[in-house]
Amino acid sequence: MAEYIITTEKGKWEVICGLEIHCQIISKSKIFSGASTEFGDDVNENVSFVDAGMPGMLPTLNEECVHQAVKTGLGLNAVINKYSQFSRKNYFYADLPQGYQITQFEYPIVGEGAIDVDLSDGTSKTIRIERMHIEQDAAKSIHDMSPTKSFIDLNRAGVGLMEIVTKPDFRSPEEAGAFLKKLRSIVRYLGTCDGNMDEGSMRCDASISVRPLGSDELRPRAEVKNVNSVKFVMQAIEYEAKRQVELYEKGETIEQQTRQFDSVNGVTKFMRKKEFSDDYRYFPEPDLPPLILTDEFINKVKSELVELPDAKKARFVKDLGLTTYDATVICENKETADFFEKAAKGHDAKKVANWLMGDFFAMLNEKKKELKDSPVTAENLGALVELITTNVINGKTAKDVFAIMAETGENPEKIVEEKGLKQVTDTGAIEKLIDDLLATAADNVAAYRGGKVGLFGWFVGQVMKQSQGKANPQVVNELLKKKLG
Amino acid sequence: MSELVELTVSESLKKLRNKEISAVELTQAYINKMQDNAKYNAYVTLNEEKALEQAKEADKRYQNGTNRPLEGIALGIKDLFCTKGLRTTACSHIIDNFIPQYESTVTQNLLDDGAVFLGKLNLDEFAMGGSNETSYFGPVVNPWSKETKLVAGGSSGGSAAAVAAKMCAAATGTDTGGSIREPAAFCGVTGIKPTYGRCSRYGIIAFASSLDQAGPICKDVADCALLLNSMAGYDAKDSTSSKVEVPDFSAFLGKDIKGLKVGIPNEYRIDGMNEEIVTYWDKAAEILKNAGAEIVSISLPHTKYALPTYYVIAPAEASSNLSRYDGVRYGNRVDGNGLDELYTNSRTSGFGKEVKRRILIGTYVLSAGYYDAYYLKAQKVRQLIKNDFDKAFEKCDVILTPTSPIEPFAIGDKKMLENPINMYLNDVFTVSVNLAGLPAMSLPIGLSKNGLPLGMQLIGKPFDEGTVFKTAYQLERGANFVRM
Repeated sequence: MAEYIITTEKGKWEVICGLEIHCQIISKSKIFSGASTEFGDDVNENVSFVDAGMPGMLPTLNEECVHQAVKTGLGLNAVINKYSQFSRKNYFYADLPQGYQITQFEYPIVGEGAIDVDLSDGTSKTIRIERMHIEQDAAKSIHDMSPTKSFIDLNRAGVGLMEIVTKPDFRSPEEAGAFLKKLRSIVRYLGTCDGNMDEGSMRCDASISVRPLGSDELRPRAEVKNVNSVKFVMQAIEYEAKRQVELYEKGETIEQQTRQFDSVNGVTKFMRKKEFSDDYRYFPEPDLPPLILTDEFINKVKSELVELPDAKKARFVKDLGLTTYDATVICENKETADFFEKAAKGHDAKKVANWLMGDFFAMLNEKKKELKDSPVTAENLGALVELITTNVINGKTAKDVFAIMAETGENPEKIVEEKGLKQVTDTGAIEKLIDDLLATAADNVAAYRGGKVGLFGWFVGQVMKQSQGKANPQVVNELLKKKLG
Repeated sequence: MSELVELTVSESLKKLRNKEISAVELTQAYINKMQDNAKYNAYVTLNEEKALEQAKEADKRYQNGTNRPLEGIALGIKDLFCTKGLRTTACSHIIDNFIPQYESTVTQNLLDDGAVFLGKLNLDEFAMGGSNETSYFGPVVNPWSKETKLVAGGSSGGSAAAVAAKMCAAATGTDTGGSIREPAAFCGVTGIKPTYGRCSRYGIIAFASSLDQAGPICKDVADCALLLNSMAGYDAKDSTSSKVEVPDFSAFLGKDIKGLKVGIPNEYRIDGMNEEIVTYWDKAAEILKNAGAEIVSISLPHTKYALPTYYVIAPAEASSNLSRYDGVRYGNRVDGNGLDELYTNSRTSGFGKEVKRRILIGTYVLSAGYYDAYYLKAQKVRQLIKNDFDKAFEKCDVILTPTSPIEPFAIGDKKMLENPINMYLNDVFTVSVNLAGLPAMSLPIGLSKNGLPLGMQLIGKPFDEGTVFKTAYQLERGANFVRM
């Protein structure tokens, strides 16, 4: 493990951090009502009487959300609790129409789990999951439309959330960042959450404390709320840990507190003391019976699970011969992994990986295009690699062909055919080019034979030029060596 | 025409089907009676015009033979049921201008069966009370009152009074701790709270979700069966509604009760109970015995904990259920400086004293540090109370108790108002039924020496309303109570 120790003149400190992540469940309708979850519709459009907390309205559990939660639980290698229960978390706020949030408290749907994260020094670490429960999201408060009024958009009220709570297993900002990326990758693979932190469909709270290195005490922690990017979570941990160390070293104490992250200045700011926090008066939700899952249901969800990033990565390394690094990068995103697999099918997988991570991504970046809108299809990328491995074209020509593919979307065979770019491997033709060259460049031939072996590259270049780049460089090399003696 | 309002629902249906009377004249007769008896303050919102339209439609259906089970029957609806386009207030200032855009499942079932809605009936604010005195619209006057105005009972006081005073053919009620049965007993009418889960709670303004249950208040047992047939049934919109099949309750009426075991709980002979009520209790047992039933003594040892248990659980749920009345989206709104003041001002002016008291109790018993001692313990006792009934029902088929330990008292009675506990004590025989989720009916047994109606309660096994109906039918016949 890459150690992350805060070293000062006075001593060495260790960071202790745990994360709570809220993931919006991908589902057609809200978790306790039939209203749509469509993002970006007009304000207060996707609102049922239940969502608006109208008198006499009752929640009914959306089975699709349960399905998604179980799927996610399985993706976290976690225990699926066959008995779980909903509770009410009572507090008043304008964006909470019922005056309580329906959540799970004592009996969450998912219990302990674990996922492995890869770190930059090549090691990996297991992060333990404490639990995951499902609950409803609040509405959205809009405070910047009027100087005196706040506005409420109920579209988000009642959208299903999964709250994932980790054990305090993080010892560095890097670990937390790697975990969030991994979690995002898993939920995206599963199709249970879109993982877009900037849009708020995945939100993170970090609990941070520090302690002298080597000690096993637990000091009061600061909870940094609603951080909305992986980078900011890492920054928040780094800043907050340093802040705490400074205070301790000044002889001050730290009280348990809630803070917020200021992403403009990269600092955390005090919000409230924990001891004044609300008493949520949790109690079992009497409008919903306990949620009982059968083995049959859980097994059905299990049977629908897709291959997750870790398994895919291992397979790519073992069966396709990719390096661990390449496999990790390719598998982080399911679409990329799927694209790669399609492109590599029947071709040299390692070469396909190189092309994908090199020229292909560079092309997408340059064109500012998403993978799904790529002008170069997976099949065509594979075909291009095939043309190289079968010596139909050489690497340099391939780059030109790829550039044409990126512009036209044409398949590489056709381009090579039409433009006459096929590599010349006919030794007779190449020999003739060499003979012509050696005859006209007697000076250089003499110099080379006199010991200026560096001139060899010049000879190769000239022959390639004469062949308009189509000569097989390997054949050129061999014949030149023979003829120059 | 006034004799039309004397008819029970079953009698009216017969005459309507035979085209001896029309739905319009029947409805008009009730509307006339509503006007005559406005002094009882039973209705808080009238729906006369619409009711007559519905009645016209009903007459058409009788003409063309598409009449439904309750076609043209004029009902009063407790103002806790949301009725689409018709003001629904829970008799609270906080939503006294609220017009729902949706219909409760129970009232929808009744509409689908052809019922006519005369208007919305008074109740204790948010159904919290046993005398209908907490209503924002003032108390209902018991039609049996002599010189002194007496309470009609609560919380469904408007429903019971309206049925007694013939201001509707029958009414809907809800019962959280006795809110159908106690007013039925006080007003000399018949009401049943079915098993928890029988009727959907969708669209009924919630008081205590795990206890609330809808049921009818009617002129007699047979009418209760007809109404409940229509009201009951599984509803996907209420996750606590039951999929247990609903039998035809009318089929149990007149059935033999020979050999039926009727349990009398020892613990219900409480100190200070009205002697007349004890006498009537014995009389009721005698009637059932004469009809062939066997009287057995049973024990419900945790009875004494039922009231405190109820008054922890019901307020706890209520404190949360009433959080939505915050002045933000609908209802009473009194602006202030910032959100907290908006809440405080809206709720302070919107809720009455008893509702506030229960919100405070509920908030307290759910608070950190008190939850285990109150709410959790109450849930455990609730289980013990359920177990008591399970055990008792090994020995008997139905349980007979008085509905209330007292007769109707005066509106504004000092003893009741000074100490809310005295009021709560009236629920002593009814609350444990809600805690256990059982069906129970109250029906009139006779008059006290003051000429006021007294009620008997029959408690059944879960989803065995059938036995309650067949026993009640025999008891009704034996008691021979003369309706007002």
